Amino acid sequence: MIELRDVHKSFGKVEVLKGITASVAKSEVVCIIGPSGSGKSTILRCINGLESYDRGEISVEGARVDSNDRSIVAIRTQVSMVFQRFNLFPHRTALENVIEGPLYVKKEPREQAIARGRALLAQVGLADKAEVHPPKLSGGQQQRVAIARALAMQPKAILFDEPTSALDPELVGDVLSVMRKLADDGMTMVVVTHEMGFARDVADRVLFIDGGVIVEQGAAKSVLNQPQHPRTQDFLRRVLHPL
Amino acid sequence: MQKFFHDAVEFVPILLQGVWLTIVVTVGSLLLSTVLGLAWALMRVSGIGILVGLSAAVINVIRGIPIIVLLFYIYFVMPDFGIALSALQAAIIGLGIAYSAYQAENFRAGIEAIDKGQIEAAQTIGMGWWLTMRRVVLPQAVRIILPPYGNIMIMMLKDSSQASTITVAELALQGKLIASSTFKNTSVFTLVALMYLTMSIPLILLVRHFENKANRK
Repeated sequence: MIELRDVHKSFGKVEVLKGITASVAKSEVVCIIGPSGSGKSTILRCINGLESYDRGEISVEGARVDSNDRSIVAIRTQVSMVFQRFNLFPHRTALENVIEGPLYVKKEPREQAIARGRALLAQVGLADKAEVHPPKLSGGQQQRVAIARALAMQPKAILFDEPTSALDPELVGDVLSVMRKLADDGMTMVVVTHEMGFARDVADRVLFIDGGVIVEQGAAKSVLNQPQHPRTQDFLRRVLHPL
Repeated sequence: MQKFFHDAVEFVPILLQGVWLTIVVTVGSLLLSTVLGLAWALMRVSGIGILVGLSAAVINVIRGIPIIVLLFYIYFVMPDFGIALSALQAAIIGLGIAYSAYQAENFRAGIEAIDKGQIEAAQTIGMGWWLTMRRVVLPQAVRIILPPYGNIMIMMLKDSSQASTITVAELALQGKLIASSTFKNTSVFTLVALMYLTMSIPLILLVRHFENKANRK
């Protein structure tokens, strides 16, 4: 449902994506791994038009992604995003964060949006935090609210941009287990992550990106357990055995 | 001292008429400057080249002209173009326009202080520019904007005295008229100063309240 064909992107003179071609099928979970600065996040941001791309083509269910066109709004309601730093609205409660999109973008009736919002918060284990403002929640709780906010748009896919990188280690598990449940329920997910355990257990496919190109890709277990390319091998060794 | 109280009893009722006009001019120009300032600020952050340029130009032109000249222009020059305004209308419009530049810069600073991640989060749930402003950016920017906004209110209260130059009989002019006809300069201008101070104090307390609220976050 998401197609990238020969996507190029430069920031000034620095070319961060040098011809990315990839696709994500419906209900597929794809993890993107690679060193920082390799262009992983930029790929996600291009898919939902937070960044424009210079060459190539990205499409979501056949609709071309163009960050400068009005059509991008419709694409964004189909492809939600979860950020590394949550980006919850601090002036609104957890529940208000979740129902903001349904209420003001999708114009759902208030009662219905609230009922669904509460159900989503329960789904991520935060039924009792509906009336709490984000600054009073832990990082893991905030990220789960952010996932509920993304789900509230009833998206066809969710993009996760390093969703656990800003969390204390003991809070990572809660977020990952919510994501695992989503994957089990058949949600299409593209996840930029450094959690190799999650990638191995949950992802269908893994893309290893370095220097703006896909160095290696394939079934999650084969890429992570038997990497073929020396750069993948080197990267995984560093991540899995930092000492 | 006794003489002063005697004068006070005599002059305060007349000065209060001036106080009323001072309040009308201040509130009127505050409202106008807020609306215009918000418009300039939103144009400035719109990312649309022509609007950005236009608002920058307007702000700089307004900032570069003394308030008194702006008032003269509106009151004495506009009639030549068929726009005749009463002194009070001219004062409100002149001060409103003059202060819209400072309001705009304050609003812009508040808007630009909001984390970019907030705007991206709004975009990813399908919000357009205006909805993002209204639901996400402005409600958060208000906290940052309010303390300087309160200071602008105090400055406007005092600068409303410039309306006296185009014959609006607000507090300062009323005082001047009484003083020049009674020669009781000390009593009259002390009373005038005390009255401005009395009007400022609630505003000063309001600013402090805003600051405490902003810092509590």
